[in-house]
Amino acid sequence: MGAHSQAKEDVRVAGELVTLPRSPSSVIPLLQKLQQDEGFVSEQAIERVARYTGASASAVYGVATFYSQFRLTRPGRHTIRVCEGTACHVLGIGAVLERLTEELGIDVGGTTADGLFTLESVRCLGCCSLAPAVMIDDETYGRVTPDSIVEAIDAVREGAT
Amino acid sequence: MSAVREVRVGLATCGIAAGAERVAAQLRKEKESGRFDVPIKRVGCVGMCYNEPIVDVVDEFGTLTTYAHVTEADVERIVAEHVLGGTAVDELVVKSEAFFQHQVRIVLENCGVIDPESLEEYRAQGGYVALAAALEDMTPEDVVEAVKASGLRGRGGGGFPTGLKWSLAAQEISPEKYVICNADEGDPGAFMDRSVLEGDPHRVIEGMAIAAYAIGARHGYIYVRAEYPLAIERLEKALDDARAAKLLGENILGTAFSFDMQIKAGAGAFVCGEETALIASIEGRRGMPRKRPPYPAVYGLWGKPTNINNVETLANVPWILRHGADAFSAYGTETSNGTKVFALAGRIKQSGLIEIPMGMPIRQIVYDIGGGIQEDRPLKAVQMGGPSGGCIPASLADTPVDYEALKATGAIVGSGGMIVLDDSTCMVEMARYFLDFTQKESCGKCTFCRVGTKRMLETLERICAGEGTPEDLEKLVDLSENVRQYSLCGLGQTAPNPVLTTVEYFRNEYEAHIEDRACPAKTCKALIRFHIDPEACKNCGLCARDCPVEAIQAVDEGYHVIDETLCVKCGRCEQVCPFDAVEILTGKVEG
Repeated sequence: MGAHSQAKEDVRVAGELVTLPRSPSSVIPLLQKLQQDEGFVSEQAIERVARYTGASASAVYGVATFYSQFRLTRPGRHTIRVCEGTACHVLGIGAVLERLTEELGIDVGGTTADGLFTLESVRCLGCCSLAPAVMIDDETYGRVTPDSIVEAIDAVREGAT
Repeated sequence: MSAVREVRVGLATCGIAAGAERVAAQLRKEKESGRFDVPIKRVGCVGMCYNEPIVDVVDEFGTLTTYAHVTEADVERIVAEHVLGGTAVDELVVKSEAFFQHQVRIVLENCGVIDPESLEEYRAQGGYVALAAALEDMTPEDVVEAVKASGLRGRGGGGFPTGLKWSLAAQEISPEKYVICNADEGDPGAFMDRSVLEGDPHRVIEGMAIAAYAIGARHGYIYVRAEYPLAIERLEKALDDARAAKLLGENILGTAFSFDMQIKAGAGAFVCGEETALIASIEGRRGMPRKRPPYPAVYGLWGKPTNINNVETLANVPWILRHGADAFSAYGTETSNGTKVFALAGRIKQSGLIEIPMGMPIRQIVYDIGGGIQEDRPLKAVQMGGPSGGCIPASLADTPVDYEALKATGAIVGSGGMIVLDDSTCMVEMARYFLDFTQKESCGKCTFCRVGTKRMLETLERICAGEGTPEDLEKLVDLSENVRQYSLCGLGQTAPNPVLTTVEYFRNEYEAHIEDRACPAKTCKALIRFHIDPEACKNCGLCARDCPVEAIQAVDEGYHVIDETLCVKCGRCEQVCPFDAVEILTGKVEG
């Protein structure tokens, strides 16, 4: 039986009503909502999704760890996403990433000790004509160099203090 | 001098990333202040990504003037001189004829032309005419036959005949069937589907509705990459508008046909581009492929007959029904009809979103549309098909873009990523890059894909580190054959392509890494050394100041030297030297 024909129920996430069927097909959208709300997928979130959808907690954990969108630890205040798409790769994102890890003292996937930055790499931001590209939160920085990205980070730091 | 009809701003993801929102805001501000009263229109990707942000001024006769790299400051002049004065600001205008004259726009006909959030504009361009004609004048069989006759093949990379795929799902007898649009565009360097969804979302909805009518489905899903928030937003708006206009839902356009669809946001897994993995993901599970047959046409979503097509494939369908199968098959080659959209990027002067008739030689795409290589360096290769594709060397640049011709080179047409490479790209490193990708994205189900790609990656890493052995090449080729043969899905079956094509066409580069410990492109760090040419050095000290590890010192003879035992090869000295005195050396140290 298709999900659309199943009974739907409202589930409240951060005060917002979400209508999703109580079936395993809701595992991914529900995890997405909860992560959007809390910034990451907590242990409680996994249990909650399991209870609501009827999937086992281990199956939900399996889904959360399979897809790269989900993170199981709390992120920093700002997320830096370094594009590792092909165009960025051939146009020198490697040196940019290297400088970032040096500057922030963390590897990809890590969060700075002050909780300000999380460094992530993404497969492709899809703005290949601006390569190499980096996103800091919602802002895209195109044709970056190791120096220009450090300047951008500094500007964010100044804005944060 | 002519009156201005409208002002368009390219507001797709790439334009926004380049700052087009700020330009649009400035235009709106000028308009709100009462300076002019011409509509400002948001449009999707214009295609000339290298010129973003782009503003198009359209006059009363429909003639377009394109402004490139528009800043907030330029807006004032464009408004004063062109919108109000009727005279183009010549020094800001960009000539776009060369970029467009070799293109044929079927899928992209509305991209950059209409407001993607306006159903009226889509309809004014002939939108939903094909759906209405199908529902009113054609049987589902007629629709399948028309698509078959057009010769349309899957644009997601597989190249399977679309009409045949539809007929397989159509002949299944089941009270419930599904159509799925695969918009899980995961190839790095590819943004065709995103551009279509952002620039012309109704076209995809119309294509899906027609597919649903042809196979007898009442419900559809569009599986969109979660990384495409703007595409999802515009699709949601388009779905709402289509429902309100009775183009979706019960009794569409007053006929007996009912169909509706919903969006499923992906969660970041490349393997979900494979149709059975995608189905598993919609069902809420880990996106792992299963053995076929049974094919989704027989046993698909929730075990029901399901037809899955890629975004671009579906975006062709309304045009085919409106203009006829013959008009479509007039473009292209004998076995590859119509057009193909490509995301042209890399070391190319004019990167962007292009649509060409099938059969155009790669060389023409690179030079006539792309304007050639940056800094006029030599073309080395073109990477097509992303991690599933291969590198086509410059010596084969006359290969036409056609499913069979490209397959013969070891690459594939793929979903449409086309990355242009020059002599500064190391082909061994390129193969390593793609293997790193597929190895991480392997779902882990098949041993050869899970472990084999890992061993291949380790071998490539060793070669890049200057620790390769002569046997490594044969091992790579051997392992490639096994991974290809013993993997269940396309991910594993095609993962060796980047390795096999580079070994075949650039074997000398592999041998240089292994035998001479040299990287001809001078990019593999373990194989290069930085050196200051005493003749060229003017002793300015810029390099020493910027060196993060204090490896550069001035010597009494009046120049600087690099201490190679301290150097971390970051390359900063080479970038800052105003006299090009820093050289990169590779190969065994002489003497």
